[in-house]
Parts: sequence; C-alpha cells; structure tokens
Amino acid sequence: MQPKIKWNLKRNWLLHVFLLPAVTIALIFNYGPMPGIILAFQDYKPWLGISGSPWVGWENFRMLVEFPDVRQVIYNTFVIASLKIIFQLIVPIIFALLLNEVKHMLLKRTVQTMVYLPHFLSWVILGGILLDFLSVEGGLVNRVLGVFGIGPIFFMGDNDWFRFTVIVSDVWKDFGFSAIIFLAALSGVNMDLYEAALMDGANRFQQTLYITIPSIIPITIVVATLSLGNILNAGFDQIFNLYNPLVYEKGDIIDTYVYRAGLLGGQFSFATAVGLFKSVVGLVLILIGYRLAYKYANYRIF
Amino acid sequence: MHHQSTAYRIFTACNNTFLLLLGILCLVPLLHILAVSFSDQAAASAKLVGLWPVGFNLDAWIKITESDHFLRSLWNGIVRTVVGTFIIMGCMLLAAYSLSKEEREFKGRTFYIYFFIIIMIFNGGLIPTYVLVSGLGLLNTIWALIFTNAINVFNLILLMNFFRTGVPKALEEAAFIDGANHWKTLISVYLPLSLPAVATISLFTMVGQWNSWFDGIIYLTDQKKYPLSTFLHTLIVQRDYSDMNVDPEELQKYSERTVRSAQIFIGALPVLIVYPFLQKYFVKGIVMGSVKE
Repeated sequence: MQPKIKWNLKRNWLLHVFLLPAVTIALIFNYGPMPGIILAFQDYKPWLGISGSPWVGWENFRMLVEFPDVRQVIYNTFVIASLKIIFQLIVPIIFALLLNEVKHMLLKRTVQTMVYLPHFLSWVILGGILLDFLSVEGGLVNRVLGVFGIGPIFFMGDNDWFRFTVIVSDVWKDFGFSAIIFLAALSGVNMDLYEAALMDGANRFQQTLYITIPSIIPITIVVATLSLGNILNAGFDQIFNLYNPLVYEKGDIIDTYVYRAGLLGGQFSFATAVGLFKSVVGLVLILIGYRLAYKYANYRIF
Repeated sequence: MHHQSTAYRIFTACNNTFLLLLGILCLVPLLHILAVSFSDQAAASAKLVGLWPVGFNLDAWIKITESDHFLRSLWNGIVRTVVGTFIIMGCMLLAAYSLSKEEREFKGRTFYIYFFIIIMIFNGGLIPTYVLVSGLGLLNTIWALIFTNAINVFNLILLMNFFRTGVPKALEEAAFIDGANHWKTLISVYLPLSLPAVATISLFTMVGQWNSWFDGIIYLTDQKKYPLSTFLHTLIVQRDYSDMNVDPEELQKYSERTVRSAQIFIGALPVLIVYPFLQKYFVKGIVMGSVKE
C-alpha cells in the first residue's frame, strides 16, 4: 500500500527555501512579462502606460495578416527555419555515421575537438569573422573561388545568396555539436550484433545499413519531433549579425522585425502582437512535438 | 571485422582524410583572423593575408591595449560574466537539488517542475520584457542583463538529472541518519559527487554570459557600460561609430582591419581557454542529462 504523501515540513522546509531564489527570479523576470502581452490588444503609448492606453481588440492581429511586409517576414522565417531544421538533422547524422567508422582513436578525438568548437563562439564573433571571410572585396572565400574562375559572389548582400549563406554557416557552426547525441546512440549499439552479422557474411556496408542505421532511428525521431517547435525560430542572433538592408526582402525574420518595428520604430503594440503570434505557434508546435516524440519513440523529457 | 576488404580500406582512407579536412574547416576562420591580427596593416588592407601573418608585427595588439573603450568593455564583460555565473549557478544548484527529490519524499515537486516547464515553452516576448525591466528601473544596470536570462530551464534539467543519476540514494540516507539536513547533504554529498556536472553547467553558463550581447543593446543606453560582446557587435557589425564619442584618431584605430581582428580574437579567447575543460565533460553531460530514469 502506498503511504500517503505528506508535506513533512520539519524535514523538507529547506527544499522550499532552496527553490526560493530561482522561483523568485522566474516569477519576476519570466512570468512578470507575461501580463504584458495585453499590449498586443492595445494601442500602447509609453507615456500613457498599460492602464491608460486605449484598447483596440484584434486590430494589431488584423494588420499582421494584411501587411504584405509581415507576411513576407513570416514566410522568410518559416523557410529559413525549416531548412535549418532539415539540414541540422541530415548533416549531423551523416557526420556521426562517418565518424563512427573511424577506428583511429586519436584522429577521432581530434576531429571531434575541432568540430564542436564553433558551437561555443557567439554570432557576434562569427558574424565579424564571416563578414570579413565572405567579403566581395578580397574575402578569403571569394579569393579561393576566384582561382577556379567563379564569382565574386556577394554572399551577404545578394537576396538569392543570403539564405544560402545563413543556412550553410548555421550548419557549419552547429553540425558537430548536434552530432553528439547521435554519436552517443551509435556507441551504445550492442557489439554482438556486428559479430553475428559478420558470421552471416554481412560486409561493413550491409552492417551499417541493417544494424547501425536502425539503431539511431528512435533518437532521430525524437530530435526531429522536438525541433518542430523551432519552426518559427530562424535564429535571431545569427541573422541580426549578418543581415543588412540589402537583404531584408528574403532575410528579414520575425524576431528582427519585432526588434526594428517595436524597439526602434516605437510600434510597441504591433511588435508585441507579432511576437505573441510567434510564441503561440511555437507553443502549439512544441506540445505537438512532445506528443509525437512520446507516441513514436516513447520519449519523455520529464 | 578482422578481414578488411580493399574497398573498405580505401573507404577508411578517404573517410579519415575527409573528416580531418572538415575539422580543419571549422578552425579556418579563426586562424584567418588571428593571422590578420598579427599582419602588417598594409598587407591586411590589401587582403593579402591567408592563414599565415604577412609582415609579422604586434602593432594591432599594442593598439588595443591603448584603447579605453575596448579595455572598459573588456572589464565590463568580465564583471558581468563572473557576477552572473555566481548568482545563476547558486540559484540553479539549490533549485536542482530540491527538484532531484521524488514527489513522494518532497511534496510539491511536481508543482515546481510545471512552474519551470511553463517558462521553458512560453515567454512574454521582447517588448513586454523590455517594458517590465524599464518599469522596475533596471535599465542601464548589469542586473537587467543577468536576471532576464538567469533561469535556463534546460541547464536546470541537466543538473537535476545529474543529481538523480549520479548520487546513490544510500549515501544520502546515510547522511540523514547521521543527522545531516538538506543543506549539509547538498554540500558534502551531492556537490563532491557531481563535480564534473557542476563544472560543465558552470562553464556553459559562463560562456553564455560572456557571449551574450543583445541584452546589452536593449537594456543599456550608456555605451560605457557595454560588455565586450555588445561592444564588438557595435564595432564589427553595425560599424556605427557616430554616437560613441570617440575622437577621429581613435576611430581610425578601430577601423583598421588588423585591430578589429585582434579585438574579435580577444572576444573569442575566453571561450577558447575554457573549451578544453568544457569538452572533457559536456559530451558525457549532455548524454547523461538527457537520460531519464
């Protein structure tokens, strides 16, 4: 029989005290802004305050749907984010599979050390480096391409190349780090399976096809479903450090738009509405993602 | 696996080479700016530098030590990182310890867990957070930077799972029988046993604080208070010197490519220094932290 759970404050009061600092900070700085989403239903003016600003109902959301600018921004966000999700899934898996074949331990560790590094550098640093590196006026990449008679390519200023640049540099930064989880799954494969396959005459390629790949399918499903929630997260840090007015047409995303329209342009209410739209879509997709991960891979985060 | 076919050996050779090149590709940009920073200004402006300095000299590195703006933001960045990491880790360790208990021994845990999950999946957004921070009178202070991003639920879960899997229940019970309370148990049983995990999350937090730049742009109006990352953003990306109150001579120094490269490299340096320690643990950390009992 299960004993009834008691508060047992005599022993456990400290546990509540331990949670107090984190809970207080979260209450103020994470929960605190939530009531502020009513800004989205007002025509907020800083000098009138939240209580004094007039209500406009769904007006800001109507603008969101009707503004061609905003529609384009949402579309850009969706395209960039989806492509990132897809390539951040495929490239790390291929990389993990290839690295798994390396039997030379020193080489394996060296490669791992090198590819994880960019993940820890900020987009300010990498943005500064990339602007230099991809510059049309003698950037290293265009110089190398020039040797083969290609270019120069205006990676940062051409609408057609900007998305490409964003996605490739994002994959470059994070593919190593994203591969960790797959490498872990690969190292957990039972070696007896390979022995058995060898007995049956399977070559290395067949072993990969029938043992290695099936072994990482569950974790792939988990990663794929959980990344659903990011479908409107195109990566503010990256875009904000790489973009410029020349590429707003195809490179502007919801977060950068909210910053410009809201904090720089003073359209607080409209920007809040756009941000709220993003949060709500994200929330719904995260919940769907968790549900799918649980259903198809029996994964629970808690 | 003892009989390797010729085809497989060829594959291995190609594969090893490819992966090594891929690894080098991840370092090339960093090596490039390092080479530029050590190069002669004229050679750098003419874009002659590849991965090795041309006309080796230390001018750029000497110049950045003479720039007040740079040194001040470097100091701001260090202060922000140290203070932020201590406060955040303190809160997180205490919270993770409590959350690592089972509901049956700690009634209320489930409530707290949901409390934190909610902020992981939903937030008020940029503008409401700005309005709040401004209303609290925290604009232009270091606290706006530290507190608005203090609670990282993902790291909290990692720590909690470490505590759950890394500390044998028997040890904890033994400590309690000896009369220890939760505080003593945390300090003398949990922390020593989870040192690698605590180190990992601390380094993650440190790197996060150091790299954080956007909060500086929104919450700080006085550029003298900018931490290094925010300063580098204005310097490199915005290329907006108009409101920096610098005399033209100093402006000239900033815009030199070699100097800029040296500053970027300093921005990356703390991460490069802690990286070897970080790498030792984070792989294990992520894999263990994501495992649920």
